[in-house]
Amino acid sequence: MASAFDRIAEIIANTSDVPLENIKPESHVIEDLGIDSLDFLDIVFAIDKEFGIKVPVEAWTQEVNSGAAPAEQYFVMQNLAARIEELVAAKGG
Amino acid sequence: MRLEYFQMIDRVLELAPESITAEALVPPASPVFEGHFPGHPLVPGVLLVETMAQAGGYLLLSRLNLSRMAFLIGTREVKLRSFVGPETRLTVTAKLVHEGSGFAVTDAAITAAGRRVAEVKEMKFSIRDFPAPELAEAMRVRAREIGLLKDQDS
Repeated sequence: MASAFDRIAEIIANTSDVPLENIKPESHVIEDLGIDSLDFLDIVFAIDKEFGIKVPVEAWTQEVNSGAAPAEQYFVMQNLAARIEELVAAKGG
Repeated sequence: MRLEYFQMIDRVLELAPESITAEALVPPASPVFEGHFPGHPLVPGVLLVETMAQAGGYLLLSRLNLSRMAFLIGTREVKLRSFVGPETRLTVTAKLVHEGSGFAVTDAAITAAGRRVAEVKEMKFSIRDFPAPELAEAMRVRAREIGLLKDQDS
C-alpha cells in the first residue's frame, strides 16, 4: 500500500489545483501549497474517509493558535503524514 | 415556509440520530414570487438548496444539542429536478454522511407527493461557536417552534 504521505498528496492533488509533483515532504500545506481553509476542510474530509479516522483539526488549530505547538507540526506534509499515521495506529488500524 | 425570512422548515416530522424528515409548505404568496417569476411563480432553486441546507443544519444542531451553529460552506452536487410553485407541500430529508472535527457533511433531498424534486450530495457545514448570543437564542426558539426541541428540552 502507498505511504500515508503518498495517499495524502494524492488527495490534495485531487481536491485542489495543486499538481501532485509540487507536493513535497517539506511543503507547508497552507504557506507553500496555497491551500485555504475551505479546501483544507475538503482535504480533511477525504483523509477522514480514506483512513477511517477523524482528524482533530479543531484541537490542532487551537494548539497552534495558543502557541502550544508550531504550525509546522501539523501542516508540513511529512509531519501531517506522521500525525495521520499516529491517528491510524491509535485506532488500531 | 416564509421565503423572505429564510424560514424554510415548518415542522420536523421525524428525528433520528443520523437523519431528519421535515415538512415545508410553500406559501400561496410571497414577495419572492413577484420577481421569480412574473406570472409564473416558482420557488428559486437556491431557496430549495437553502431548504435542504436547513434540514441538514437542524439535524446537526440536534446532534450538537444546539451548543454550536452549522454554517453551509459547500456542496458537491445539486440536482433540481422539477419546478416548485405556491402551496406545494414539500418533504425534506437529510442524513448524516460524516462528522469531522469542526465540520460535518450531510446528503439531503426534497420530494413532493412522492415525486423527487431536488437532491444534494455532500452538503458541507462548518461547525462553529455561535457568533452572537442573539443567534443562539433565535435558533433555540425556532428549534422549539418546528418541533426539533421538545418543551422539556433545554
